[in-house]
Amino acid sequence: MALLSVDNVTKRFGGLVANQSISFDVGDNELLAVIGPNGAGKTTLFNLISGFFPPTSGTVRFDGRDITGQPSHKVAAAGLVRTYQLVQLFSQLTVAENVEIGSHRVTRGGVGGALFRPDWFRREERSVREGARELLHFVGLEGQADLPADKLPYGRQRLLEVARALAAKPRLLLLDEPAAGLNTQETEALADVITRIHRGGTTIILIEHDMSLVMKIAQRIVVLDFGKKIAEGTPAEIRAHPDVIAAYLGGTEVVDA
Amino acid sequence: MTSRVTTFTEPAALRWQSVSPAAGAAMLAVLGLLSSDYVTTVLGFAFIYAIFCTGLNFFMGYTGQASFGQSAFAAIGGYGSAILCTDLGWDPVLALFATMALSGVAAVIVGYPTLRLRGHYLAMATFALGLIVYEITIEWTSLTQGYMGYAGIPPLGIVGFELPTVKHQLVALVVLALFGVAVANRLRRSRFGRALAAIAGSEPAALALGIDVARYKLIAFVIAAIYASAAGSLFAHFVGFISPEVFGVTMVVQSFTMLYLGGIGTVWGPMIGAVIVSVLPEALRGLKEMQDIAYSAILILVLIFVPRGLAGLSSLFARFRRNTEPL
Ligand SMILES: Nc1ncnc2c1ncn2[C@@H]1O[C@H](COP(=O)(O)OP(=O)(O)OP(=O)(O)O)[C@@H](O)[C@H]1O
Ligand SMILES: [Mg+2]
Repeated sequence: MALLSVDNVTKRFGGLVANQSISFDVGDNELLAVIGPNGAGKTTLFNLISGFFPPTSGTVRFDGRDITGQPSHKVAAAGLVRTYQLVQLFSQLTVAENVEIGSHRVTRGGVGGALFRPDWFRREERSVREGARELLHFVGLEGQADLPADKLPYGRQRLLEVARALAAKPRLLLLDEPAAGLNTQETEALADVITRIHRGGTTIILIEHDMSLVMKIAQRIVVLDFGKKIAEGTPAEIRAHPDVIAAYLGGTEVVDA
Repeated sequence: MTSRVTTFTEPAALRWQSVSPAAGAAMLAVLGLLSSDYVTTVLGFAFIYAIFCTGLNFFMGYTGQASFGQSAFAAIGGYGSAILCTDLGWDPVLALFATMALSGVAAVIVGYPTLRLRGHYLAMATFALGLIVYEITIEWTSLTQGYMGYAGIPPLGIVGFELPTVKHQLVALVVLALFGVAVANRLRRSRFGRALAAIAGSEPAALALGIDVARYKLIAFVIAAIYASAAGSLFAHFVGFISPEVFGVTMVVQSFTMLYLGGIGTVWGPMIGAVIVSVLPEALRGLKEMQDIAYSAILILVLIFVPRGLAGLSSLFARFRRNTEPL
């Protein structure tokens, strides 16, 4: 059974149809890429899936449950965690604290625990700190743990955002253009991180403009254009797809990749 | 409203920071005990405000939201304790807890719909709350005595054991204020505190990590209301008299000055700000007509040169010392 099923979802903004009758499935431990030109409706699709706003029609099922129209924090609590196209860090907090906040979903402590600090609470806090340290190591930020997040170079902020999302132990991770604005080396480091997350068993949907990155790591690709799904298939199939080549201005971008 | 969240896990090297303000508070208490009743009274007000501001800091500092109506909950505490203890003969401590609970419930009822609003709308809604409660304290004369004010409120005491002098009461107020700060410190360094900091930092990011933003805002608002209520009750017992002006707009302005001067979002900032803003005008009394000018000048200078508030000063020194240490 698919981990995520998007069934016939449509989103209208007034007269604009940002997503039109889009359907696709994502299986357990798949790495799916969503590509398409600017304004194709990729981020809108993420917003619908992650509950940021409800679709005009259609349904989204996650892990067998209908999550259509559920508020975003509930969707996240169910294990579907997203990042944003524009970096959204807790900029005044340290790098380590950013990741510690990420563990909210998988921890329990409330006001009572914080006040009386029983054993289980102390253990949980310790595991939150240790988990954050491991994740910073995983993405290569261990040297910057105590730096304020906004003092990180941009490329590393994107890695921090991924580490923070991982702290929530997502079952499905949605990454919205994580490589945007990164140089070649940074993109490679990010590709390596994404591949390792995927190998660790996490299902991933990746929105990305960098075709070489997509072609290298995606198992399957969904292509959007003007709000519609125009193609779906393996990287090899997508590269040869006439509609995709047409959508990408004669296909130079895709063919060169 | 811009939020200034400072890090909530302070490195071990800075632990002395939390010892020195507590020692400072204790020293002030001793000073108050050795001075005239007038000085004791000023310090008493300072620590009552410290409790009020420590609560407000949960909502405005840790969570990064704006509330201009927190005086409403101080009014519930103040009038509630006055009526329960004077008319109904309740024990002050019992009345304190009862009005804190009442304020908490009121905060849930008011906060549930308004906290869905953002930014300026939330600020306006809370401001309206303060005005409404102010009007009630004026108009509902059978309950509050209106402009006349409510007199003859008994001093604070514990089950029949009264605290007869202002000096006894100052000790109680300092202990309670330190307790309030200790609670704030524990709550901040926890999963709960991290959720509040996340909301202050970025609501979309908080939501995407599964944090129920509306719920945590409401809890922070309720905590702030409970602290405000306690401060209102303590004021009533400390002075023995309350009137609508006590819980008016001045209280809101005063508490904002304290928060920003002391360091919003820090654990000790509210208390430091409360003490300085309360004591400074008295210390400048000798300047006569220049008093207000000197007071304002000092406030402005502090905000220019220590924009993160005075509580940030100690960490500034710590950093300075680290940087000057030989490698
Ligand atoms: N909240 C909104 N209100 C109104 N229109 C919107 C909203 N969000 C997106 N749109 C519109 O929907 C269309 C699709 O936008 P979307 O952000 O999903 O594109 P995208 O594929 O992510 O583009 P990009 O590659 O530039 O990020 C655009 O025309 C955009 O202007
Ligand atoms: Mg987009």
